[in-house]
Amino acid sequence: MNLPAAIALSHREQIKLLAGVLIFGAAALLPFFNTTYWLSIGISIAMFTVLATSWALFSGPTNYIALSTAAFFGIGMYIVGGGLPYLPFPALVLVAALAGALFSAVVGLATLRISGVYFVIFTLGLAELVRQVVAWAQHVMGTSSGLYVLIGISDQAMYWLLLGLAALVFLVGWAIGRSRLGFALRIIGNDEVVAVHSGINTARAKVVLFVISSTFAAMTGALVAPRWSYVEPSIAFSPFLSFEVVIMALLGGVHRLWGPLVGVIPFTLLWEFISAKFPSQTTLLLGACFLLIVYFIPRGVVGLIEDFTRERGGAIRDLLKRWTGGHA
Amino acid sequence: MDVIIIGLLLGGTYALMAVGLQLQYGVARIMNLASGETLVCGAFGAVWFFTAYKMSPLYALIGVVPAAFFANWAIYRFMMLPLVRRAKNQGQLEVDSILATFGLSFVAIGILLALFGGEFLAYSYLATPFSILGQPYALNRIVAFLGAAVVCVGLYIWLHHTRAGLTLRAVSVNPSAAGLVGINVASTSALAFALGGAVSASGGTLLSMFLNFDASLGVIFTLKALVIVIMGGVGDIRGAIVASFILGLTETAVATYLDPGLTLAAAYVLFIVILLVRPEGLFGRRSS
Repeated sequence: MNLPAAIALSHREQIKLLAGVLIFGAAALLPFFNTTYWLSIGISIAMFTVLATSWALFSGPTNYIALSTAAFFGIGMYIVGGGLPYLPFPALVLVAALAGALFSAVVGLATLRISGVYFVIFTLGLAELVRQVVAWAQHVMGTSSGLYVLIGISDQAMYWLLLGLAALVFLVGWAIGRSRLGFALRIIGNDEVVAVHSGINTARAKVVLFVISSTFAAMTGALVAPRWSYVEPSIAFSPFLSFEVVIMALLGGVHRLWGPLVGVIPFTLLWEFISAKFPSQTTLLLGACFLLIVYFIPRGVVGLIEDFTRERGGAIRDLLKRWTGGHA
Repeated sequence: MDVIIIGLLLGGTYALMAVGLQLQYGVARIMNLASGETLVCGAFGAVWFFTAYKMSPLYALIGVVPAAFFANWAIYRFMMLPLVRRAKNQGQLEVDSILATFGLSFVAIGILLALFGGEFLAYSYLATPFSILGQPYALNRIVAFLGAAVVCVGLYIWLHHTRAGLTLRAVSVNPSAAGLVGINVASTSALAFALGGAVSASGGTLLSMFLNFDASLGVIFTLKALVIVIMGGVGDIRGAIVASFILGLTETAVATYLDPGLTLAAAYVLFIVILLVRPEGLFGRRSS
């Protein structure tokens, strides 16, 4: 084959790509099983897969914890809610992507040029800030705070759209991982001073990744807006969303592209159970889960798997060594 | 004139939460994202005390301050110290402590929701007018300001004129060098963290005399405290106090002339200006 090096895939990568296509293909079959309950869980899983994976694209390699998912998600939701009378739904999703990109670029340019915790602090209150500004704008314009999102989009269609978006996140993440940008980010995460001294434009790399990550959050918000036929600030800018996304990504592990997915699926199921059984203790339990993850599995489930296979791998190598008399 | 005096009174009370966070971040090196929740706990303690015993919320400080001190000491000792020991470098510690305190803030909100419910809690204490320069102001704001001033001045004297205060300042300047001259950095940091929590909680108690609180408000106060700390410069109490006045004035001006719902936006505007113009803060030293 005569493919340029950037596109040429090694044998391993071909297998991975095939596995990915098969998994997404299998996931796409879910709506045919005709169970509304599992389809609604499927939508949640697909939504959080996009959010957590795109979150980890930026926060994973750089170690900059972004707590702003809800801000961009809410912007996407509000653009669909407010724009439906004027534009068709697909166009609004694009507008939401654009708005998310622009806003995150502004935030990134203001905070990411300086290293340190400023970025985290800035993102901490961002959802609340946007909520206040939206509420104020609505108040000034004299509209009510809630918006009706009445559009005929079936749950199946929404599920497939989210799944498609998830596939796109994975493709983008994979492309970044292979690019100079991905390499630069890993160096920034290891040691930002080293990155600066090896001639990497650290600010640009960070801003670009933050914009990509936030754009996906805004698009997700736009896509799932029809799920709530009535959108209001407390739903769209809920701080829990940012928190859940961080938990799921950390539970899975942020140093592999597929890591967050490993966290999203069990956590969504667990969460479904907890919010049904203990509806009034959700905040407390969410916080407790989070602390357990931070203290006991800091590298996520993926980290645990890797440790386990390394031990096993080591044991096998030892055996081989003994077998061949130390020449393996 | 109204705006200036109300702004100064508010800013003075804000100084407590900023100084509390300053101690936790500047000395103990823990970026405490749950500091707003400590403040809300202090406020809820006062509300509970006032409705249960019908006594001045100032007496609630007698209970709130030691409770917050021990709770924060325990948080440092049992939750932060393991992270300090586990971290390979300052960056790792920062990420871990941010995540841990972020989780902690949700645990705290959950506990407050379970104990008090999700309603706004408020009480009316000293809501009588008091005249300054011929204009009436609510007496509770003035009392809160005076209370905050007493705590801040006391803390300043303690930090600058006692041996224990000197130890704290030494750790703030350079933890590893402080360790070399025989200071127990871990216990000093624990003390600073506990003290910071106690100061934040007392700020909550004083603020509750004229602001309404609900369980989810903590994050707003955390953010305001962080903005003040950054504006003032990390590690400098005087900076934090000056920055508190600036935030109090800006917020009051925005609430009066624009909309009371935009106070967080005011804090963000200040934050952006500081980031663009003077990222090391008003009193901070420019690092290389």
